[in-house]
Amino acid sequence: MAIPITYNLRHLRQRPGATAMTAVGIALTVAIALFILALLGGLRQAFARSGQPLNVLVLRKGSTAEVTSTVTEQQAALLRTLPGIAKNAAGQPMVSPELVVVVSLPQRNGAGPNNVTVRGLGRIGRQLRPQVHLVKGRWFHAGQREVDVSQSVARRYRHAQVGGSIRFGQGQWRVVGIFAAGNTAPSSEIWGDVHQMQGDFQRQGVFSSVLLQAASPVEASALVRRVSSDQQLELHGIHEQAYYAQQTQSGAPIELVGWVVALIMAIGSCFAAMNTMYAAVAYREREIGTLRMLGFSRPSILGCFVLESLMLAVLGWALAVVAMLPLNGLTTGTMNNATFSEVVFQIKMTPTVLGWALAFALLMGLIGGLAPAWQAARREIVSALRA
Amino acid sequence: MTTTAPFPAPAKTVAEPAIVEAEHIGKVFHRDSFEVVALEDVSLTIARGDFVALMGPSGSGKTTLLNMIAAVDRPTSGTMRVMGQDIYRLNDREAARWRNEKIGYIFQTFNLIPVLTAAENVELPLLLSRLSKSERREHVETALRLVGLQDRMGHLPKQLSGGQEQRVAIARAIVSDPAILLADEPTGDLDRQSAAEVLEIMTRLNQEFRKTVVMVTHDAHAAGYAHVTRHLEKGHLQA
Repeated sequence: MAIPITYNLRHLRQRPGATAMTAVGIALTVAIALFILALLGGLRQAFARSGQPLNVLVLRKGSTAEVTSTVTEQQAALLRTLPGIAKNAAGQPMVSPELVVVVSLPQRNGAGPNNVTVRGLGRIGRQLRPQVHLVKGRWFHAGQREVDVSQSVARRYRHAQVGGSIRFGQGQWRVVGIFAAGNTAPSSEIWGDVHQMQGDFQRQGVFSSVLLQAASPVEASALVRRVSSDQQLELHGIHEQAYYAQQTQSGAPIELVGWVVALIMAIGSCFAAMNTMYAAVAYREREIGTLRMLGFSRPSILGCFVLESLMLAVLGWALAVVAMLPLNGLTTGTMNNATFSEVVFQIKMTPTVLGWALAFALLMGLIGGLAPAWQAARREIVSALRA
Repeated sequence: MTTTAPFPAPAKTVAEPAIVEAEHIGKVFHRDSFEVVALEDVSLTIARGDFVALMGPSGSGKTTLLNMIAAVDRPTSGTMRVMGQDIYRLNDREAARWRNEKIGYIFQTFNLIPVLTAAENVELPLLLSRLSKSERREHVETALRLVGLQDRMGHLPKQLSGGQEQRVAIARAIVSDPAILLADEPTGDLDRQSAAEVLEIMTRLNQEFRKTVVMVTHDAHAAGYAHVTRHLEKGHLQA
């Protein structure tokens, strides 16, 4: 059996100042890591939930995003005839040619205009996105200059409330409803009639993309292959979920900057933990000699001090979690590099995020504690007892 | 030089086998560019059940010799057999286990772990045994009862007097029932009354429980409790 854990716990309690300072140092670093992980977690969740497993998105060959893609009406008509496409209750093929444009709207808080994705779609388009439901007002009517806005758009942009009127394209659009999309990609969008949008943005006869629903998962994969390999179509099919997974790259700048900051801070925290543990080893040399004299081996001493450093790391992690918990569920937005529009998502402190942050803290504790613990274990008994 | 103990040794009907056999032990320390001879050609035999006092002035090599019997220090020359075991053939891990099972060590400064209670301090050596928690508890209670501190089990060292601390240290030294007790100036930090209590406990452990005791001291009164007193002078064991 190893040296009892109470030995470490009571020593940490006996030096509250050093313990608290080191734990706070680790906590600050873990808080940064936690924030990045929670941001990226929320962003990934926003995109990951956006795609339906049976949906296939069709874009122009070479395009990686809807805003840079064009699909002609002829191509869309051909897609409608492909085998393996599901049909709705009315017997209509689940095919939605859509137009996606980015418009600039003034924010309510006066922070200046921001890019917002406007999607033109038809009734089938709504059926292809069952996660979206109306929370206020009604759906837009075909042929009308009407739009529905997501809850976050309604919250963040001026005049984007039911009964209000927002200006983009050729003029004013009346807001007739607000929809919820449960933290998926449409939760940052404005929806209107695709044909009305085509006219307004002078894209007659052209769509951005076509969304298809396959009859089965096997048919979905077959549709992806069929569309992509058809030389005549010159289009490219992709599973909707895979498309949104690619969009997670929007978080790359946050991720890069965040991890660089966290890494620099982590080095500092490792040194702080190392300093504390070196002090602990120096202060307890005679105890180390006594424990060795009683028969505890060098590995026991090593494990004992590493464990104490890990305890500091866990304490730091716990402090960071407590400090960051109020941010859980907070809604924020970032620029989607693929669409140049804002994507709204929630900061999510999921168990996975907390687990990774704990692993990060433990790694710091391990790096910080290993050298002092090694020094403690290597100490000769006689010289340790003389200290 | 050999002196006689004030307490009579238990009657021995047959010659006891040697428990410590040191032959031509030498120890040289290297300090910067100097060589310090701590022990030179020391040969010593201690019989099982003996109570031996090692006396000598500071720097005479008493503690060095004691540490060698405990296998925490190695001689530069010579051999040492303790309980028939050539202890310097043991590797680090084996030596640690051997110490845990065979040796009880009592320090001048008690060396109790300040954050652990008296019972937890006494339990430490048993954590390396295969005893269950309840068995360990039983051993700890017995050891503390033996030193008269059964009512101080939950006390931290700072809540005890010096004499009580040393008695807890003695309980820790005997809890795993070792054959040999090594004591390095066990009364050096104690007042006369506490020192007498500690020495009486050590005498009792020797006489009633047949523990072999090797005690380093420079206090002639303390040495008087031993059966045999050996003197070290500048690293040489006096005849």
